[in-house]
Amino acid sequence: MPLDRSAIKSIAYLARLRVEDAQCDALAGELSGILQWVEQLAEVDTNGVEPMTSVAGATLAQRIDAVTDGGDLRAALSNAPSPVDDYYAVPKVVE
Amino acid sequence: MTSDLTRLTIASARDRLEAGRFSAVELTRAHLDAIGAARPLNAFITETADLALARAAESDARRNKGEALGPLDGIPLAIKDLFCTQGVRTTAGSHILDGFVPPYESTVTAKLRAAGAVMLGKTNLDEFAMGSSNTTSFFGPVKNPWGPKDGKDLVPGGSSGGSAAAVAARLCLGATGSDTGGSIRQPASFCGIVGIKPTYGRCSRWGIVAFASSLDQAGPMTRSVRDAAILLRCMAGHDPKDSTSAAVAVPDFEAAVARGVRGLKVGIPLEYRIDGMASEIEGLWRQGEAWLREAGAEISDVSLPHTQYALATYYIVAPAEASSNLARYDGVRFGLRVPGDTLDEMYMNTRGEGFGAEVRRRILIGTYVLSAGYYDAYYLKAQKVRALIARDFARAFEKVDVILTPTAPSDAFAIGDKADDPITMYLNDVFTVPTSLAGLPGISVPAGLSGRGLPLGLQLIGRPFDEETVLRAAAALERAANFDATPTSG
Repeated sequence: MPLDRSAIKSIAYLARLRVEDAQCDALAGELSGILQWVEQLAEVDTNGVEPMTSVAGATLAQRIDAVTDGGDLRAALSNAPSPVDDYYAVPKVVE
Repeated sequence: MTSDLTRLTIASARDRLEAGRFSAVELTRAHLDAIGAARPLNAFITETADLALARAAESDARRNKGEALGPLDGIPLAIKDLFCTQGVRTTAGSHILDGFVPPYESTVTAKLRAAGAVMLGKTNLDEFAMGSSNTTSFFGPVKNPWGPKDGKDLVPGGSSGGSAAAVAARLCLGATGSDTGGSIRQPASFCGIVGIKPTYGRCSRWGIVAFASSLDQAGPMTRSVRDAAILLRCMAGHDPKDSTSAAVAVPDFEAAVARGVRGLKVGIPLEYRIDGMASEIEGLWRQGEAWLREAGAEISDVSLPHTQYALATYYIVAPAEASSNLARYDGVRFGLRVPGDTLDEMYMNTRGEGFGAEVRRRILIGTYVLSAGYYDAYYLKAQKVRALIARDFARAFEKVDVILTPTAPSDAFAIGDKADDPITMYLNDVFTVPTSLAGLPGISVPAGLSGRGLPLGLQLIGRPFDEETVLRAAAALERAANFDATPTSG
């Protein structure tokens, strides 16, 4: 199914990605082309096949429930774009 | 003297350092000089000369006291700029990581450092390792040292293009790469070097900037199979910090290299003989088959019936995982922030400006195939086909020990070619993606030159955690091919 401008806009919003209006048509064309190409998978018979989520073992390894790292405020904030005191800062979200 | 030192293999440099023929500082300085002279290749995003000389001096001090750490002590390496390095800027080839200096070290680079290796710098790559040409990097394309050809600069392949170019141009003795769908093997083929993607789980992913977590795997890029074995042994091993890291022993890969292939069963997958395959690629593949037969291997046909669906499967699974992994780049905790009036606007502005065209494309595709109403049709379907692709390999490996294929469908192309249509670019990975989906080890070995005089690689694929057999067969191919051509800029 080809994607149109409004579909691109809503996918871009889901991904929190600014897409300029001028780019929408070109993106719609590219993404529709890719989707049309991957739709060839429909012809594969996958009845009764379990989806493969990982090639690693299905059972995750367990480890001791203990703190092994962290708690270093200076390291955690060392890359923050605009920290305020000991906090990450963002635009106001609650009026 | 300088050029002699940069032409060594890791194995020979190791032996000469041990014998006191030269110091680690001399070896490092020779490579830093080569890097300085090769800046037009744009292979490095960040050079770490001072750090390298300091670590080389530490290595010499250890060696003088008889306390050398092992085979990599004093060996100068380049690190793909996808590996986080403590105190050294890490970019992933992206604008969105502007100014990011990791306060921690990736497990793989920490292991190399603990083994005494000297980091020369961080190499260029496709943005977030998404690409097959190294043209999606925010820091500009890398030039293949085998070019220019017919007046045009060539791509080194991707995404580990800077690492491949640096190894081929003798700017380092070896490099780290990472491979999600072919990002070690395809550039190795384009640049005439060896690159191995180990079994998924062999090397820890901790501290490597994530692209597609069920596929990403680190591996070495070198100028010989023996060097790949030496480097892999130091990079591999179980890491509790990566839940998918395998708790299996790391064998002496170097010992496997000398074992020969007498009696080894080699499979030729019929389905890789794709329509329109270039005759020189098919010719080299048959030559590889003949070389292995002459070395004592038994050749037989195998079938991997779902091969033709691998690329489409990959281009659902990888973008889906990427869209999820890249959600962390929000302008709040690290990297670029582009202000906005609301939190959502800040997210959208930051991500809109910080990600390049190919990354945006993959985030959008990934978001779409994971969204309500489309998840089953695309993502779940792809996971099922992935299971069939893995089953094909498992069945083939009941009959054979290793599988031989071409690495890439062509030699290196010109920078800017294949840029108009994303799918044309994706086809570069047609022979490498199936191995990645199945999580198997795969190596590219330089095996010959194309009609245009550019390197071509052959790929060997093995059973899970059987890198030893892959390296054995690779060494046999290497001996037979006797590839000794060198790039024009190297």
